[in-house]
Amino acid sequence: MAGLRMQTRKDSVKKVVCEAEIEIKNADGLHMRPAMQFVDVANQFDSDVAVTSGENSADGKSIMQMSMLAATYGTKLKIRAEGADAQKVVSALRELVEEKKFGEPPPKLKAES
Amino acid sequence: MKFADFVCFKATIPELRARDRDGAIAELVSALDKAGKLGKGNREEIIKAVVRREKEASTGMGKGVAVPHVKHAAVKDVVAAIGQSSAGIDFSALDKRPVYTIMLLISPVDNPDKHLQAMENIFRHLQQERFRKFLRQCQRAEQIEDLLIEADENPFL
Repeated sequence: MAGLRMQTRKDSVKKVVCEAEIEIKNADGLHMRPAMQFVDVANQFDSDVAVTSGENSADGKSIMQMSMLAATYGTKLKIRAEGADAQKVVSALRELVEEKKFGEPPPKLKAES
Repeated sequence: MKFADFVCFKATIPELRARDRDGAIAELVSALDKAGKLGKGNREEIIKAVVRREKEASTGMGKGVAVPHVKHAAVKDVVAAIGQSSAGIDFSALDKRPVYTIMLLISPVDNPDKHLQAMENIFRHLQQERFRKFLRQCQRAEQIEDLLIEADENPFL
């Protein structure tokens, strides 16, 4: 059994793991619409995507699980992709979350006294 | 956040009369209005806003549940109403299947974090098949209230 497993690993397409930490930068955080965008992007790739926020973990391809993360502005998400296109999916997700900010505004600067 | 913190149990509709999405939204918003949760004269506007949001992208997340929602200045705190339809309602859900449980959520405009916490609570439970099944079995408003209170105490229900 163990021998077989090793063989499989050697023969199979190389398995890449890519991890990154990305920060939520839009004011409203990961509410439903951004969560859907996230899931849509993740689903364009073959790799498995796991997302962790604090103690909560979610399948990056499941909208219900992503909505459970309650990732507010400033939350740092750990993303772990596994599969042949792992690097590509992580960079696409980073772009969506940190650069495009889901197409939403950052928090307004509060003029507090 | 717990269900009891934001669900208005007085506005529960165990069997919606509406057979379509917009009708169901109007029924639930009206129930919240009747329970005094939406201030004065905001009902129509909130119904329109929720429907508009729903048209942008369905909140029917699959597995027979939908969570229509909107932010509105009429509320100071997140408030939700629950409605069910044994016949099922077409919400243009992601899995194209009818919706049997609707959790309508109205959130304040200036507290995005609270909205996320309410959503986290909703989906933590709705994700679980057992919870969805129990919920659908409820025929009276009190049963729904009891189930949600129990879920608050037992996160794995």
